[in-house]
Amino acid sequence: MSTTMNPPKKNRIGLEVLNYKGSKTTLCAGCGHNSISERIVECFYDLGVEPWRVAKLSGIGCSSKSPAYFLGQSHGFNSVHGRMPAVATGTLLANRNLLALGVTGDGDTASIGLGQFMHLVRRNVPMIYIIEDNGVYGLTKGQFSATADIGSTLKTGAPNQLPPFDCCALALKWGATFVARSFSGDKKQLQTLLKAAIAHKGLCVVDVISPCVTFNDHDGSTKSYSYVKDHEEALHELDFVPFFEDIAVEIPEGEVTDVELHDGSHLRIRKLEREYNPTDRLAALAALEEAAAKGEVLTGLLFVNTNSPDFIEQLNVVEEPLATLPQSRIRPPKAALDEVMEELR
Amino acid sequence: MSTLEVSPVEPVSRPSGQPVMNDFSIQVATVNGSGSQTANNVLMRTLFQMGIPVSGKNMFPSNIAGLPTWFTIRASKHGYTSRRKEIDFLVAMNPETAREDVLNLETGAAVVYDEPLQLNKLRTDLHFYPVPFDKLVGPVCPEAKLRKLVRNMIYDGVVGWLLSLDMEELRKALVKQFGKRKAKAADLNWGAAQAGYDWAVKTLTKTDPFRAERMNATAGKVIIDGNSACALGAMFAGVTVVTWYPITPSSSLVETLMGYMKRFRHDPQTGKATYAIVQAEDEIASIGMALSAGWAGARSMTATAGPGISLMSEFIGLGYYAELPAVIFDVERVGPSTGLPTRTAQGDVLKNALLSHGDTRHPMFFPSSPEECFSMVSDAFDFAERFQTPVFFMTDLDLGMNNWMADPFPYPEKPIDRGKVLSAEDLDRLGGFARYKDVDGDGVGYRTLPGTNHHAAAYFTRGSGHNEKAQYTEREDDYVNNMDRLAHKFEVMRRHVPAPVIDLREKAHIGFVAAGSSDYAVRESRDQLRAEYGIETSYLRLRAYPFTDELKEFIAQHDRVYVVDQNRDAQFHKLMRLEFEVDLIAKLRSVRYYGGLPLDARTITDEVASQEGR
Repeated sequence: MSTTMNPPKKNRIGLEVLNYKGSKTTLCAGCGHNSISERIVECFYDLGVEPWRVAKLSGIGCSSKSPAYFLGQSHGFNSVHGRMPAVATGTLLANRNLLALGVTGDGDTASIGLGQFMHLVRRNVPMIYIIEDNGVYGLTKGQFSATADIGSTLKTGAPNQLPPFDCCALALKWGATFVARSFSGDKKQLQTLLKAAIAHKGLCVVDVISPCVTFNDHDGSTKSYSYVKDHEEALHELDFVPFFEDIAVEIPEGEVTDVELHDGSHLRIRKLEREYNPTDRLAALAALEEAAAKGEVLTGLLFVNTNSPDFIEQLNVVEEPLATLPQSRIRPPKAALDEVMEELR
Repeated sequence: MSTLEVSPVEPVSRPSGQPVMNDFSIQVATVNGSGSQTANNVLMRTLFQMGIPVSGKNMFPSNIAGLPTWFTIRASKHGYTSRRKEIDFLVAMNPETAREDVLNLETGAAVVYDEPLQLNKLRTDLHFYPVPFDKLVGPVCPEAKLRKLVRNMIYDGVVGWLLSLDMEELRKALVKQFGKRKAKAADLNWGAAQAGYDWAVKTLTKTDPFRAERMNATAGKVIIDGNSACALGAMFAGVTVVTWYPITPSSSLVETLMGYMKRFRHDPQTGKATYAIVQAEDEIASIGMALSAGWAGARSMTATAGPGISLMSEFIGLGYYAELPAVIFDVERVGPSTGLPTRTAQGDVLKNALLSHGDTRHPMFFPSSPEECFSMVSDAFDFAERFQTPVFFMTDLDLGMNNWMADPFPYPEKPIDRGKVLSAEDLDRLGGFARYKDVDGDGVGYRTLPGTNHHAAAYFTRGSGHNEKAQYTEREDDYVNNMDRLAHKFEVMRRHVPAPVIDLREKAHIGFVAAGSSDYAVRESRDQLRAEYGIETSYLRLRAYPFTDELKEFIAQHDRVYVVDQNRDAQFHKLMRLEFEVDLIAKLRSVRYYGGLPLDARTITDEVASQEGR
C-alpha cells in the first residue's frame, strides 16, 4: 500500500478509480477474465463515464459472473444461459439512455446462445458485447466449447474434431458495426479497443481470447497464454483520443488512419506490416480466414462502420426513457377510447 | 332446376307450425381462404343491429387456404352467447364437408346449399333450399376473378330472406365492414346480396320455422373479440414495451395493439412512439426482453400461447426469483406444435401456476368477457409492478379470437401504480436501500431502476442465491429466508388479486366454480338445470389465482361444487386439491370438456344432471 498522503486521483467527473471497482473476484488466480475486468474499470474511469448510466448484463458461466467484479455502482443483471442478448435488448427498449455493457463467454454465445447472438448482431443493438473466449466450459469443469479449434485438446488429451465458430466472422457477416478481437494479456490494445467501443454507437462485438488457467492452458490448447502470445498477429497499432482531449496531442509515428467515433472521440490506427482497411467488411472476413488457416490469432479492430442506424433509432421511439414516461404520455385520453368504441358499435 | 325441394317429413324436434323467433344458430361451412369471413360478419352484424343478442365463432383449421372452416352465429333472445351444440340453419358451401355437415344436423334444421351438391338426397327430415350460386353470381360480378369472393354475399341475401332479416341493416353492416375506403367493393357485394335476396323472394318457399325480428337488446353495445379488448386494455394501461413471437391464437392480440398504438401512442409534437413493439426471434427472447424491460422500469408485456409458455419457462422462473414485473398474455389453445393449434382449451392452468424449476408460484388473472379483458389488463400491469413478479393474463382462443357482444369499455380512472421504486431523491433521504428487504411486511422490497443518478442506486440482479442486499450468497439461512419471504409475498397477493364474482342462491345445495370463457356456457347451463331439472345452483366465477378465501367459503357453503374445466385433467380442480383441506376437497366434483370446440351449456348440464343422478 502506498504510504504517501496525496489525495486520491479523480477523473473528469470527480470520481476515484475505487468508484469503478466491484466486489472481489471469485475467479481463479490468473484467469484472463480478471484482466478484462481490470481493463473495464480503467476504461470507464479514464473516460469519466457516469457509473449509474451503465447497465451490466451477462448470461451464465465464469465470464458472466464477472460483472459483479467491476463497476459496483452500476446496475447488473446476471441472467439466463445464452440469453443476455434478449436481456440487453429489453433493457435498452426500456431505457435507451443506458450504456449497455454485456459480458459473455464462448459457451454462452457460441453454443446455447448462438441464435440470440445472431439476432442481436442483425439488429445492431447499441451495446458493448464482450466475449471472454477461452474455448472451454469453465464453470462445468472443462468441456469443449464451440470456439475450440480443430485438433486442440482437452486437459485429458481428448482432441476436438469439429470446426470452431469464429464469433468475429459471424458478427461481421450479419451486421455488427464494430468488430474487434483482442487478447486478455494485451493490456494496451484491449484498453484502446474498449474505449473505442464505449465511444461507438451501435453493436460492438469484442472477442477477447481470455485463457482459462485451470482447464485450457496446456500444450494442446490453442487458447492458452503461450499459444496466443506466440501466434498473435496484430493488424495495426491503436491509439484512442477521447472527445474531451485535444486531438492534436500525441500524434503517433508512421502511416495513420483516423476514425472519428460517435461521441467525438478519435481512434488512430497506425499501420504495421500489412495494408488493412477496417471499413472493408469483406477484407476483414478474408483476413480472418487467412489467419485461421495459418493458426494465427488476428487481433485489432477488424471492422468499424460509424454510419449505420442502430436498433433503437430504427424504432423511432421518443428520446426519453420509455420506462419513466409519465401517465399523461402513456395513457391516451378518453376521447381515444370513445372513438374506438364508436367504431365497434 | 331451381325449384324448392320440400322435405316430406315434418320436423319433430321443434313444435311444428310455430315460428322460432330470435333463437337459432346459423352455421356457414366454407373452405378457408374463400373470403367468406366478410359475408359471415355481415350476417352477424345484421342480427346485432336488429337488436338481437349474437355471438360469432370461427372454427378454422391450421392452414391458410383450402381446408374446411365453419363460422357459427348464434342469435338468442335470451342473451345466451356460448356455443350452441345444435345447428338450426346450415349454409353448406363446402363440397368436402357438406355430406357430413348435413348428416350431423338435428331433425328440422334448414339447409341452404349450392345446388349441384344435391344435398337434398341425403335426408328427408330437413328443410332444403338449393341455390344456383354460379348462375346468380355471373350477372352481378362481371369480373371472373372476384366471383369466388362475391358469391358468399349471395348466401347473405338468401338467408336474409329466409330469416326475414332487415335488408337495410344488412346493407349498413356491409358498408361498415368494408369501410369508406372500399366503397366500390361494398357496392359490388351489396349487389350480390340483393341478387340473392331477390332470387329467394321469387323462387323459394319458406318451410322452416326460424325467423328474426327486431328487438332491443343490443343498444349501445359493441362487438369485439377478446384479443382486441386485451390490446386496448394494454394501450390504456400504459404499456411501453411489447415483445412477442407470432403464435396462434395470440398473434392478433399484438397485431391489433400495433394498429391502435400507431393511432394513439405517438407524441403529437415529434411523431415519435411512446412505446416499442419488437417481434423477437422466439419466445425465449420475447420473454427475456419483456422481463428485462420490466427490470429497467418499463411496463412490459408479451403475448403467447401454451407452447410459447413452455419455452419461456426458465426465464419466468428467474423472473419469480429476481422479482421482475411483466404481464404475460396466454391465449390458451389445444396441444403442442401441430396438435389442434386453432382449437380452444384451458390447458395451461396447472402449468402456469407452478411454471419453472424450484419452488415457484405465479399469479394468474382470468377475465371472462371482453369487458374484463379490457379492465383487468390495467389491474394486471399494476399488480405486476406492485408485487414485482410476472403475471399471467389467461384467456383462450374462444374468448380471444371470437366475436362477442360487450358493453362499451369504461375509461380507466384509477391512476397507474408503478409500485415500489426509489428515486435518487428517495435514496438521498434514506441513505441507501436493501433490494430484497421486507420493509413493509408485504414481502415486497423496494427497487431502483438502472439509470437512477445516485451512487447508492445500483444493485446486482441474479437468481435465488442472494441475500436481502442482493449480494451473492449460498448460505442456507439466506436462501431459506428469501424463500419464506417469497412465499409470504404470494400469501399477500391472495388478498389483492381480483376477487371472484359470486352468485349465491338461497335454495342451492350445489355450486359451480368456473373461470374465463366457461362463464358463458355455465350461465346458460344454470338456467337449463333450473328449467329442466328444477336444480338451483350457486356460482362462483374465479377471476384469479392465488385463490382467495371466498372460494373456500363458497365450497364450504355447498354440498357439492362442480368445477368446470376446459381440459382433460381437470386442472382448476387439481389446483384446488393442492391447496385445500380434505373436507373441502371431498365436496369438489369435476365437469370437463376437451374436444377443442368452445364449451357449450348442454355438455355441462348433461354432466351435472348425470352426476346428480338425474
